[in-house]
Amino acid sequence: MPVLELREITKIFPGVRANDSVSLVLERGEIVALLGENGAGKSTLMNVAYGLLAPDGGEILVDGAPVRIRTPRDAIDLGIGMVHQHFMLVEPLSVTENIILGHEPSRFGIIDFATARAKVAELSLRYGLKVDPDARVADLSVGMQQRVEILKALYQGARILILDEPTAVLTPQEVRELFSVVRSLVTEGLSVVLITHKLDEVMIAADRIVVMRDGRVVGETTPTLTDQVGLARMMVGRDVVFRIEKTPAAPTATVLEVKDLVVFDERKLEALKSVSLTVRAGEIVGIAGVDGNGQRELVEAIVGLRKPRSGVITLRGKDITHATPRETIAAGVSHVPEDRHRRGLVLEFDLAENLVLGDHTSEPYATAGVMHSRVIDETARKRVHDYDVRTPSVRVLASNLSGGNQQKLVLARELGRDPDLLIAAQPTRGLDVGAIEFVHKRILAERDSGKAILLVSMELEEVMTLSDRIIVMYEGRIAAEFAAGEADDERLGYFMTGGKQAAASPVAPVPAANEGGRS
Amino acid sequence: MSETRELPVVTEALWARVLRTAGVPLLSVALAMAIGSIIIVATGHDPILAFGALFRGAFGGPMQIGWTIMRATPLMFTGLAVAFGFRANLFNIGAEGQLVLGSFAAAWFGLLLGGLPSIASIPLILVGSALFGAAWALIPALLKAKVGAHEVITTMMFSWIALYLTSWLVSGPLMDKGGIPQTSMLPASVWLVTLDKIIPGLPPVSAHIGFLLALALAALVWWILKSTTLGYQIRAVGFNPTAAENGGISIARTTVWALCISGALAGLAGASEVLGVQHRMFDQVSAGSGFGFTGIAVALLAKKNPIAVIFAALLFGALSAGAGTMQLEADVPQKIITIIQALIIFFVGAETIITWLIKRRQKLALEKKGAADVV
Repeated sequence: MPVLELREITKIFPGVRANDSVSLVLERGEIVALLGENGAGKSTLMNVAYGLLAPDGGEILVDGAPVRIRTPRDAIDLGIGMVHQHFMLVEPLSVTENIILGHEPSRFGIIDFATARAKVAELSLRYGLKVDPDARVADLSVGMQQRVEILKALYQGARILILDEPTAVLTPQEVRELFSVVRSLVTEGLSVVLITHKLDEVMIAADRIVVMRDGRVVGETTPTLTDQVGLARMMVGRDVVFRIEKTPAAPTATVLEVKDLVVFDERKLEALKSVSLTVRAGEIVGIAGVDGNGQRELVEAIVGLRKPRSGVITLRGKDITHATPRETIAAGVSHVPEDRHRRGLVLEFDLAENLVLGDHTSEPYATAGVMHSRVIDETARKRVHDYDVRTPSVRVLASNLSGGNQQKLVLARELGRDPDLLIAAQPTRGLDVGAIEFVHKRILAERDSGKAILLVSMELEEVMTLSDRIIVMYEGRIAAEFAAGEADDERLGYFMTGGKQAAASPVAPVPAANEGGRS
Repeated sequence: MSETRELPVVTEALWARVLRTAGVPLLSVALAMAIGSIIIVATGHDPILAFGALFRGAFGGPMQIGWTIMRATPLMFTGLAVAFGFRANLFNIGAEGQLVLGSFAAAWFGLLLGGLPSIASIPLILVGSALFGAAWALIPALLKAKVGAHEVITTMMFSWIALYLTSWLVSGPLMDKGGIPQTSMLPASVWLVTLDKIIPGLPPVSAHIGFLLALALAALVWWILKSTTLGYQIRAVGFNPTAAENGGISIARTTVWALCISGALAGLAGASEVLGVQHRMFDQVSAGSGFGFTGIAVALLAKKNPIAVIFAALLFGALSAGAGTMQLEADVPQKIITIIQALIIFFVGAETIITWLIKRRQKLALEKKGAADVV
């Protein structure tokens, strides 16, 4: 008897059938990967199972019995736990406090911390989820915070664990650790649903793969019966190019030069400790590194969002060290920010308004403070067409677009102004394979047309695919530099973690269970 | 690709858009009236009689409509002021203080410039009042831009400073003979004439040309927000300051501009009252107008839309113009109007509750109909 069965779930959002009669069966002790592009309906389906969304049709069975799940509380009581893409932890509280939140063991109204800690320690030991129960969550790495989320679900008695895009924020080492933890969970009799759009991961981690497209299940398979190409075809509905054909770079003059740059972060600590690098016209320099090793501060300093403490930044020989964002835009710097919702777009603006952001005061879009909406609209229509942004009109709000189309919108704006230097930070984060292919091709085309490109990415695959030179950053310094082709996963990972590969995270050692998963 | 699914977005009909944006304010007003009726019944009065009197007091004839417009005029200025700030995500809760400074400037310049022809003196006075209002918003604006001091605190504190400063001025250096804390009467050349003076055939009314100025400013504010780079930057900063910053917009500069323009609009409210209604300045501590605070309510009811501010201000103007008649004819205390105004704001603020109620109804209807044959 399946532990969880979803029967013909239908969920309708205004104008869209997010789930169209979707059925899914989860057996005890198996890992099912729910694979699909963004917007395919994976998260919607799981949010229905977790009580976050009310279905418009269909039924849910737990252990063969029909159930009604109206709230996450109902789901938890039925043994369903979910770890969301964006963690829901209280950062100033300790690991134990976070785990017991909402289910505090107490005596006479006083929380029994001794019992709580013992229980957390026991769970942590049993499943190889090593984490310091007294550490403050704010001080933990992202990978560790994820363990806290998993522990929390287990503490609440989850037998069925839903992981929503769990690897999006992890390093390669952390991904391997996660998968070995998940494997040990199912050997203990739990069942796991893994929501993802990453093909390599499902091949490694899943027992069974359910592929969704356009709100429907379009196929089911296992890693032994298919390969990544087959999966991609199923997921996208057509053949997808993985390895983009790339000619060797023909770099010319230096465009960006950064010398001995020191930058502080919000806490007034040195986030960047004397970094020097150059990017030439016609080449892509990729920066690899674990999130939080100074990449964001480097980018923000170059584009003028953060004031450097010392050092010099020049663009084609012109000093832009202390330039404002407006001045760097005028000097020829374009920036695709890592967080398109926070930095890249004004979601409440329509597409046309978003497409002039940064150029909104200059001709031909404005004269003496008055904007020319006709020119702006015309340009917007052209850009939307050129960059294949799927939208009914340029008067639609940016918030109505899917992630992939929003990113195309940012690219259309930043490349549309014909910059000398493009800084692309996490340009494909959260995008599906089709959109990734588009973004990668565009970036390469810009390189070939003689632009200088600085690429920052946590995805090693992406850095290796696109870059002509690769720089590894660790704790605010350049740890290593490779020419294209010299780098591989292991070597990059070695330097990304400070050369001490076994200790990917400073807080806890790698669990023993993960030995088997290591190549 | 899956994105193709987004294509069938239905373009909304104009009437649907109006209903969607104006629906909640209209419903809020209706609900507030309904609860007001219950209170009137509970205190042993007849709501139909009361609201009938209220309506006659506000719209019963040219004179009554003139009162309504007169009361609405300062609220249009302050409503625009607060709405403008809202667009930059700034809550100018101290519009009252900027208004008081504008009043003072109007009285002072009015006394000084009485000798000039009206065509020269009145524009000068209006500009002076706008500048005084803007200047009073400048320090809170700079504090916000430079050190992040919250404008709700600073503009509010500046309101009190303005009230007591002008209270001292009109009971000291600028006090009229006779020992009453007020300035001398302004020369008639600087008065804003009443509408009957410029519209032939109209019986005498108290509404003055400040109303026309307010209408023009509403249109101007709408145009600034929609079609100028300043308006674009203000909206960008209001919606998403980090993205605006990334697009080369200075958050600090935009904040200063937005709050100062808001202050200038509030300052004009003061000028309009002094030149058009009072023709002198009273001690605002004892006779405070409250227009600055009611302006917040107007801006909220108008949902930050400068054109909607006109109608929201007229509604509040009508309520206050009709209150006296209501008390006189139906014996219902005027204070009931304050309760209704508060209820309107409560329901506008509780938009989430109302939209939730609407959605719930729709959902129930869908379930009855059977979800399958929808879409």
